[in-house]
Amino acid sequence: MRKSFKLGVSAALALAISAAAGLAENIKIAFIDPLSGPFASTGTNGLHQFEFAAETMVNANGGVLDGQMFEVVGFDNKISPKESLIQLQVAIDQGIRFIAQGNSSGVANALTEAIDKHNRRNPDDRVLFLNYAAVDPALTNDKCNFWHFRFDANADIKMDAITDSIAANEEIKKVYVIGQDYSFGKAVASAAVRFLGEKRPDIEIVGNELHPIGKVKDFTPYSRKIVASDADAIITGNWGADMLGLGKSIVENGYTGPIYTYYAAGSGITAAFGETGKGTIRLVGEGQVNPPASDSAADYYTAFKEKYPDGNVDQSRITNVIGMLAQAINEAGTADDVVAVAYALEGMEYESMWGGTVLMREKDHQAIQNVHIHEHTDEDIAFDYDNSGFGIKVVKTVEMAAAESETTCNMRRP
Amino acid sequence: MDLVLVNLIDGLVTGLLLFMLSAGLTLIFSMMGVLNFAHASFYMLGAYFAYQISLAFGFWMGLLIAPIMVGLLGAGVERYGLRRVHQYGHVPELIFTFGLALLIEEVVQFIWGKNQMAYDIPEVLQFTAFSIAGNSIPAYKIFMIFISIAIFIGLLYVLTRTRIGMIIQAALSYPRTVEALGHNVPLIFMGVFGVGTALAGVAGVIAGPVLGTFPGMAFVLGSIVFVTIVIGGLGSLWGALVASLLIGWLTTFSKAYNLRMEDFLTFIGFSRPDPIWDSAWRDLWTITSPQVADILPYILMILILIFRPYGLFGKRDV
Amino acid sequence: MTDQTASANMRAGSMTLSLMPWIVAALVLVLLPQIFTANSAITIMNQMAITIIFALAYNMLLGQGGMLSFGHAVYMGVGGFACVHIMNMDDFFASIPLVVLPIFGGLFGMGLATIVGSFSTRKAGTVFAMISLGVGELIAACSVIIVAFFGGEEGISGDRTYAMPTFGVEFLQQIEVYYLIAFWLLISAALMYLFSRTPVGRMANAVRDNPERAEFLGYSARWVRFYSFVASGFFAGIAGGLFAINYEILTEENLNATSSGTILLVTFLGGVGFFFGPILGAIAFTLLQTVLSLETELWAFYAGALFVATVMYFPGGLAGLIMMHVPAIRLGKGSRLILPYIRTLVPAAICILGAAALIEMIFHYRHAFAGDEEMTLFWITFNSHDVLPWIVAVGLTLAGFFTARATAPALLEAWGDANTPDRMQV
Repeated sequence: MRKSFKLGVSAALALAISAAAGLAENIKIAFIDPLSGPFASTGTNGLHQFEFAAETMVNANGGVLDGQMFEVVGFDNKISPKESLIQLQVAIDQGIRFIAQGNSSGVANALTEAIDKHNRRNPDDRVLFLNYAAVDPALTNDKCNFWHFRFDANADIKMDAITDSIAANEEIKKVYVIGQDYSFGKAVASAAVRFLGEKRPDIEIVGNELHPIGKVKDFTPYSRKIVASDADAIITGNWGADMLGLGKSIVENGYTGPIYTYYAAGSGITAAFGETGKGTIRLVGEGQVNPPASDSAADYYTAFKEKYPDGNVDQSRITNVIGMLAQAINEAGTADDVVAVAYALEGMEYESMWGGTVLMREKDHQAIQNVHIHEHTDEDIAFDYDNSGFGIKVVKTVEMAAAESETTCNMRRP
Repeated sequence: MDLVLVNLIDGLVTGLLLFMLSAGLTLIFSMMGVLNFAHASFYMLGAYFAYQISLAFGFWMGLLIAPIMVGLLGAGVERYGLRRVHQYGHVPELIFTFGLALLIEEVVQFIWGKNQMAYDIPEVLQFTAFSIAGNSIPAYKIFMIFISIAIFIGLLYVLTRTRIGMIIQAALSYPRTVEALGHNVPLIFMGVFGVGTALAGVAGVIAGPVLGTFPGMAFVLGSIVFVTIVIGGLGSLWGALVASLLIGWLTTFSKAYNLRMEDFLTFIGFSRPDPIWDSAWRDLWTITSPQVADILPYILMILILIFRPYGLFGKRDV
Repeated sequence: MTDQTASANMRAGSMTLSLMPWIVAALVLVLLPQIFTANSAITIMNQMAITIIFALAYNMLLGQGGMLSFGHAVYMGVGGFACVHIMNMDDFFASIPLVVLPIFGGLFGMGLATIVGSFSTRKAGTVFAMISLGVGELIAACSVIIVAFFGGEEGISGDRTYAMPTFGVEFLQQIEVYYLIAFWLLISAALMYLFSRTPVGRMANAVRDNPERAEFLGYSARWVRFYSFVASGFFAGIAGGLFAINYEILTEENLNATSSGTILLVTFLGGVGFFFGPILGAIAFTLLQTVLSLETELWAFYAGALFVATVMYFPGGLAGLIMMHVPAIRLGKGSRLILPYIRTLVPAAICILGAAALIEMIFHYRHAFAGDEEMTLFWITFNSHDVLPWIVAVGLTLAGFFTARATAPALLEAWGDANTPDRMQV
């Protein structure tokens, strides 16, 4: 009985996998991110942005090489490293050579190591890792490898921009740093202390603390401490419900200064902050949405909104991923030999539709680009987030941020 | 000193909110002997129902109607689900409520999606009640305190001063005898389950705007509610109150003051390893109280279970 | 009647000791990768095998010992973390063959279980469940605080290929890892089965059913629970070691409450009353999670519904469902059930599929982006904004439901008939 059950099950398994395999005409990009569970909205929105970018930027213009089309295939990793590795294997079996992932540095870390090992052990079907959002600095430093490309500015680069903005403001004398107790939160905190110490030694860090990630029900005690410390500015790396809870609680308890942060836009957070966050939330990020950097960017955004009325282009770098990959495949003249594509990507300079140039730095595969400080507001917003009337507007730009920064990456090339 | 007062108030709010959840849970447990894992899910449903109602009729109608809806739903779950599973024993009952919690979360995501809902404090209460040394106490918090105290008094009155309360009290201790006296114990069970979940619903309605209304809100609060009633003693309303306040203040104060493990270890005579980042014990040395605030209740629960398995006020074993 | 069989099925152990099932299982394990050669299929089978060991270990507590644990993932996790640390000890790791690594995982899992078990097994029931919940939350929370051992949320990783080659095999390929895991699966399943036959294993059943009576017979209920708990920790640790070998990374995810809850789900779904129950559960759940999630976003919803339905209607799980038929087959009347089954279950399946289609269509209607009115369901592509598909789905659901309801009495009758010996005709 057990045998026949197993056989039946395995037959179903083989069927499901082969049914999904399809024809290998298109150049496929595996999008491995959460499509179910608590982070599904972020993942699904990212998938839509990938699909839309592939459709409008590549396929509508006749594809790459001799008319090959891009196809984005979504794989649900449930934001679990284990599930990601399984889905990676499924993707590789389907003949996919390009892996895109972004949500959670923990997952990115698991994927980059697995891909490095896979490429070493299976030279015949190597894959490239297009990291579009995981910002742990280690990925392009100690843990860098030839197959990993990061299109987002990493946490250190963004903190560089934040601290530039703080340093330029003479009124800020006291800064409070608070974050989630895990690698990213700690990286943000140490970078903030380091950069502030270099740029404005006179600024006092009146608080530097970590709270458990995703477990805090009520942020009131933390915000009391922050208010009591008389801080002029707050820096946090919080995201998701932790960002919303912290931000709302701080404002409700009487804080009026700026909160500098990484992830406080889109996925319902902009709508939930609404009026509360106005004049307080300062976001760092690449990609200028408001005011639109170019007509093509405005057209692109309008077309995206037509197709996905509930969606946001909150990860504008996704267009850079697609654009740069297409350019690299054309330059390399092949989509099958990922080593050639990787060499074409290295050192590439790409004109982004969101303004400025993106340079894929050769020594560590970190994209160097303009980084902006945005504010959360409802004034002069051409494209809002979450259809809330609120959106983010660029208030300060750092051109080609951290282009000369050091890296500990020691890359081995095939 | 002023900050102590502020933290006392904040801790009181957290504690009373926890109490509204644990009161229902402890009632249900003492009646039916089942720990309802889905209790926090009813709290979540309360918030979502109230949000939906508030879109059409405003916050106050939500506060009125949502708990009733949650209570009816809870009674339905007892009548058509739990009662069926009851015959298989306690472990399947516990597993049933566990599965129910998963299912409710999925259903909520199916209906309302995965994003945080823009469920807000009513306009009338959006002002600062008073402030202590620059720390403002929002009026909504005062409102929360009053609602929870009113519920506590109401429950206490019903349980100790009314006929139905007497029957419930009796059914707590001698369910068989009460049944033999001709009372419809299954009906009482259903009623208690409904009222218990309705209380959770009230908690959801008033906590949704401040703690956020999102699909993970049940999970965040989930197990802490058990911890509360285990510490307080299963079946004891006073125990639930004391444990809730204890947990509320414990977590609030350990977040509000930066107690460092380093100071403690130096105090008891250890010397700080240098450089700290090479030491195998570096993580122990760098622990601060805000980091561990939210796991303190679990440590407390384990200690209580080991040394006093019937909890602070409980009369019988867990 | 059905309730009685159900509760009878909750009790373990009517499996006769015989070598046959084991030989068949070994053959199947050897042959499977010959049939499914794709790497992804092998990866999924590896995941299944690991889940099977873990679920069997969990069932040593839940099914055989009657102890409900809400934090069992930590024993598997700690075993796995220990193995990754061993992988990173270059010299030591290079001197041992990879095949023995899971033993270290088992020892660490057992070590932790010994410590926790020393105080948590004093009581069964709710006390045990709550302590396991507390300990589970505590260790999961520690995993992000104690970075030196757990590596924070990004976890720690190693490389299995640095071990001493076993017979020249370096475990570069998934298929090699598969055979290693299959080997351990057989060994640990056999050991766990044998454990359930030892006096301690038997006493665990007695203590589960009636601790007082067991105490009167001279057995300490507490020590019996303790031994079961420690043994379960050992095998959970082995599963952790295999996880470390297969994925070469362990993270906070391996310890958290979700993993602990999942294994409870898996075990219960498969059936706690029979030794092979968790095996079925692990296979079914891995397929649900890995393959169904490729097809639909709502997989967790279906899994939850299936779980609740199982608890309510088939507390014996899949295994209980299968074993319910043993008496009828013994009587030689199993074949009499086939036709009534087809008459009821086919409409029931249609009803369920129709309902699933409705759910998918509602989901698509509400959440798909504007202009995307096409959806594909069961290999048919249609417009979700048309009326026709809705009529078809509703029609199928209702038709299936009412047909199944109409034929159910006949099935019940056939069931009663098949389970009654034919005395009258003698």
